[in-house]
Amino acid sequence: MAYDKFNILKSSAVPLPIENVDTDQIIPARFLKATERKGFGDNLFRDWRYNPDNTPKEHFVLNNPIYKGKILVGGKNFGSGSSREHAAWAVYDYGFRCVVSSFFADIFRNNCLNIGVLPVQVSPEFLDKIFTAIEANPDTEIEVSLPEQTITILESGESESFAINDYKKENMLNGFDDIDYLLNIKNNIEAFAQNTPL
Amino acid sequence: MCQLFVLYTKYCCFISCSKSKFKLNIVISAPNHYVYFFHILNLPSYILLFTVMSKTLFDKVWDSHVVQHIENGPDVLFIDRHLVHEVTSPVAFLGLKNRSIKVLYPERTFATADHNTPTLNQHLPVKDKLSANQLKALEENSKAHSIPYWGLGHEKNGIVHVIGPENGITVPGATIVCGDSHTSTHGAFGAIAFGIGTSEVEMVLSTQCIMQPKPKSMRINVNGTLNKAVTPKDVALFIISKLTTSGATGYFVEYAGDVFRNMSMEGRMTVCNLSIEMGARGGMIAPDEKTFDYIKGREYAPKGAAWDKAMTYWETLYSEDDASFDKELTFEASEIEPMITYGTNPGMGMGIKNDIPRAETLEGGAATYQKSLAYMNFNEGDAMIGKPIDFVFLGSCTNGRIEDFRAFASIIKGRRKADNVTAWLVPGSHRVEEAIKDEGILDILHESGFELREPGCSACLAMNDDKIPAGKYAVSTSNRNFEGRQGPGARTLLASPLVAAAAAVTGKVTDPRELMELETV
Repeated sequence: MAYDKFNILKSSAVPLPIENVDTDQIIPARFLKATERKGFGDNLFRDWRYNPDNTPKEHFVLNNPIYKGKILVGGKNFGSGSSREHAAWAVYDYGFRCVVSSFFADIFRNNCLNIGVLPVQVSPEFLDKIFTAIEANPDTEIEVSLPEQTITILESGESESFAINDYKKENMLNGFDDIDYLLNIKNNIEAFAQNTPL
Repeated sequence: MCQLFVLYTKYCCFISCSKSKFKLNIVISAPNHYVYFFHILNLPSYILLFTVMSKTLFDKVWDSHVVQHIENGPDVLFIDRHLVHEVTSPVAFLGLKNRSIKVLYPERTFATADHNTPTLNQHLPVKDKLSANQLKALEENSKAHSIPYWGLGHEKNGIVHVIGPENGITVPGATIVCGDSHTSTHGAFGAIAFGIGTSEVEMVLSTQCIMQPKPKSMRINVNGTLNKAVTPKDVALFIISKLTTSGATGYFVEYAGDVFRNMSMEGRMTVCNLSIEMGARGGMIAPDEKTFDYIKGREYAPKGAAWDKAMTYWETLYSEDDASFDKELTFEASEIEPMITYGTNPGMGMGIKNDIPRAETLEGGAATYQKSLAYMNFNEGDAMIGKPIDFVFLGSCTNGRIEDFRAFASIIKGRRKADNVTAWLVPGSHRVEEAIKDEGILDILHESGFELREPGCSACLAMNDDKIPAGKYAVSTSNRNFEGRQGPGARTLLASPLVAAAAAVTGKVTDPRELMELETV
């Protein structure tokens, strides 16, 4: 299924300066029972966001109306743990199109790229700058340019480049997915399968 | 006349003949180099050196599965075996339906129900409607695509990473994926096995391939002899405590050294299972006689001529002596003690007799560390020994195999379950359950006041009713101690089956060595 194209995103950002945010926090397992991909945003960070009686926890950042935007900024080692793509779906469904961190867990990063959420890995120093800028002004705008592979704090003009492989970049710019690519080379795959030893 | 010789050894000599000329050439090559030797008649000899890395075990398996390499992009990797469960597959099947395509190789695909299933009264309809719906979806999808489905009650049913090896689906040199991060378990057989997301499940169902850049390689050596009461789980928790939960991110790990060579297949599975907890995509161990003996005769294992052919391939599966890794770490077995975790990620583990480290002694953010201890209601400097516990969970794809139940039984035999402890003992599969009965372990459990439940993932991720209540402490043989992992507000202490058993009979964190009989010298 093709997904939204990603080009340049300019938005304020939601800060979550916690390290090792695992996918069980992003979406707890008890919310993985759907057979369709919808509604996961409601349970994004469920147990950090809501009390057991379903009232919002007022100190959690998603419940603080001064923080909003399409960019989520997380601490080091974001998305560790379970391979559940539901975590990436929840991030997307809530309205985020980009996650920024100084380090991502592999599977979460892959899952994001596969559904059109851009994971942007920055240096720890630049991550601190972003957190500081948002703390000083929650409306701070951040610009993520996929064509240029840069992330910029617009107020200060501070900028850093980020890495993404050419193939995935092209996919995200055009909203293509891997299955389209694989289906196009199905003949090669079938020929390959004939000669596998197992 | 031109002769080209390609050599692949450290030291070599060969003789080249042309017309009446006879010449002995001795070439000493550097490690990791192919030597191309040109000898052209009546001209000086030319020696060209090209740097070509000798292959690691991982390289051999990965490279032989690359259908296509995309420049500055991923490899298209062919997948030999695809394991499917009810939670991460329905949206993938929906994708196939939307594209009007069928599963390309149903014979390479196997489905089981495990994540969502109850561990009591499996013969009755599943009460939770959403769970029942997911199970029904998997059954229908499997049927529509001619995939073998081992649902609740089926003799082959169990946790996906337990039944793969049990049925001979897991074999050396294979690429194995599943929409579950603990797919790394299957690396114990020398397979490349790792967890994937649902988009990738859809890719594998529809094309038997995924697209991923080749990870970097890491080798972790543990040499020497393990201390008393130190199990494979302790070895893994020890390594994770040294590397942290992101220390191996971007890498595929090979485990090498005496400790893994001497380990049973079950133990190797426990170690490889936990690779993901240090961020690695997967972990693997070169296959040996122990591996081949385990596989031989199992239902889906190759047989007859196919076995001989497979063995020819499998015997090539090791890292060359001069292969190099992007990172290599070595530990001594004697350093490792029975382990326990005290925080909210698997890297927060230590020897069971140690005190909880103080924030200032650790790298990383103090705020995150203190948040973690606050969740656990522990203090820096606390001893873990003696802390009261409420629940014990023995099971999961990490420690739900027969060897784990044997270990648990060895401690509880002749003792009673502590009154303040609720124990959930959940076999990894029906086969494990049968073995527990056949070996008399069930009798030992009953005599000590324990009950055995039915197979499934259970309290490892608490998708079913097996939830640890908020604020309660569970000594758990599973793989994750994340906040709320075993139920909202639950507090998890990860440990081996021996430590879990010691806690189950004493009602508190206890060093299992205190309960073990003194070894006769």
